[in-house]
Amino acid sequence: MAYNEIIFSGFGGQGVMAMGQTLAETGMREGLNVSWLPSYGPEMRGGTANCSVVVADSEIISPTVSEPTILVAMNQPSLAKFSANVRPGGHIFVNSSVVDEKVERDDVTVHYVDSGKIAAELGNDRVANMVMLGAVVGATQLMDLKAVQKMMSEIFTGKKAKLVQLNVDAIQRGADSVS
Amino acid sequence: MAKELWKGNEAMAEAAIRAGLKCYFGYPITPQSEIPEYFSLHLPEHGGVFLQAESEIAAINMVYGAAGSGVRTMTSSSSPGISLKQEGISYIAGSELPCVILNVMRGGPGLGTIQPAQGDYFQATRGGGNGDYRVIVLAPANVQEATDLMRLAFDLADKYRMPAMILADGMIGQMMEPVEWPDEPTPEPIAKPWATTGTKGERRHNIINSLFMEPEACARHNEKLDQKYRTVAANETRFELIGDEEPEILFAAFGTPSRLARAAGKILEEEDGIKTAVFRPISLWPYPYDALYDAINQESVKAVVTVELNTGQMLDDVKIANQGSKPISFIGKAGGMIPTPREIAVAAKEALGRK
Repeated sequence: MAYNEIIFSGFGGQGVMAMGQTLAETGMREGLNVSWLPSYGPEMRGGTANCSVVVADSEIISPTVSEPTILVAMNQPSLAKFSANVRPGGHIFVNSSVVDEKVERDDVTVHYVDSGKIAAELGNDRVANMVMLGAVVGATQLMDLKAVQKMMSEIFTGKKAKLVQLNVDAIQRGADSVS
Repeated sequence: MAKELWKGNEAMAEAAIRAGLKCYFGYPITPQSEIPEYFSLHLPEHGGVFLQAESEIAAINMVYGAAGSGVRTMTSSSSPGISLKQEGISYIAGSELPCVILNVMRGGPGLGTIQPAQGDYFQATRGGGNGDYRVIVLAPANVQEATDLMRLAFDLADKYRMPAMILADGMIGQMMEPVEWPDEPTPEPIAKPWATTGTKGERRHNIINSLFMEPEACARHNEKLDQKYRTVAANETRFELIGDEEPEILFAAFGTPSRLARAAGKILEEEDGIKTAVFRPISLWPYPYDALYDAINQESVKAVVTVELNTGQMLDDVKIANQGSKPISFIGKAGGMIPTPREIAVAAKEALGRK
């Protein structure tokens, strides 16, 4: 377990905050140290929204992330803004349903995830973020995929409990897409 | 207790309830609006009063009244809103009443920006209101500490009968981190024989006031306050010193920037073999001058680098502590931007005359 510094980024409404929160919450329950820092304010209205998540087995030093080990870019502006700062040896996850561009770096591992198409196949476009999260956890082994899936029954309760299986499937399909 | 993931603003509000808060008065402003929102939902469940005032000025004066009645009371706001409260804070300090004020700072001056900043250091530690008064100021660097300091703020306010302020930056309010709640019950209210609770015909009436028509009486009052502030200064300084035992660079930073400085220290150690430590005052007033002087005057320290989300405010206190002994430099950004650890590392190398 290394010191993982992750930026989740995309348009407001793509569920980037929820991806980060889900990962942080799961990490904490798995006994890891976590922090979640959102961008907030005018950026969130239509522009890019992002959150910084640190997941580590050592003490978390700073909750801010300027040189991520993992970048999740759900849209093109996010990729343009953050891809150059990803550390060599790191991972970039590109939402290829929305982003046509290819990453021109050979010192990082790039994963193109067609999250929108997979979500549509599952019957709900809104689970694209959980498809992406599944890809991130599946490819990096940040934590146990099953632990992330188990979190769904904590997040979706009451009237929303019917969404648990859909999200569990979305996480699985995302992980499968990068294996 | 198991760890729970909490957003800073909500965690601080919950901590206040656990500390025995009975009356909250406030007015929404980003980036702290989750605080009144949380109280509106949860304070009444604990027998407390939540009231959204018509303005920040009204809210602080409601705190004045509630404090006079002896209950634990607080207000919260962000920078421009805290400016509006300054008159009330001076009156509360002058009347020797305990209360807690929470400032989740954003960029200024004026309406500024809603992003995180630390531009209110001077206002908090030097007093934004009139007269010779002091406010205990505590600055958390993570969400767990923010909850711990909230309880401490209420205890110190009651102990010394004076306002205590939590000075947090917007990041503390907005971020989520694990919190472990201490396994201790809400404290029983302490006796406040000075409170205006009604004489019931059994005692002389208590008077709460900051007005003294006779200058001799006002001078005596100021001497009494001064004596109290000296006691607080002697007993209530708090700080943390983390890092190498023989640092070349000593960073001085409060709140979240202390963590940026630690991240910069990691870069300096890994890439250049430069050893660093971070001195973090937890109490901004009283300021831990002696401890900082000792940290600066370790033989290994070649330069002091102050890191703040402003253009150099705590820097003045670092200079006071330093007493001219070592070179001091400053790196910071104001108005809602945050320096990266790498920018801080570069500034530290420049302070050592290295590239």
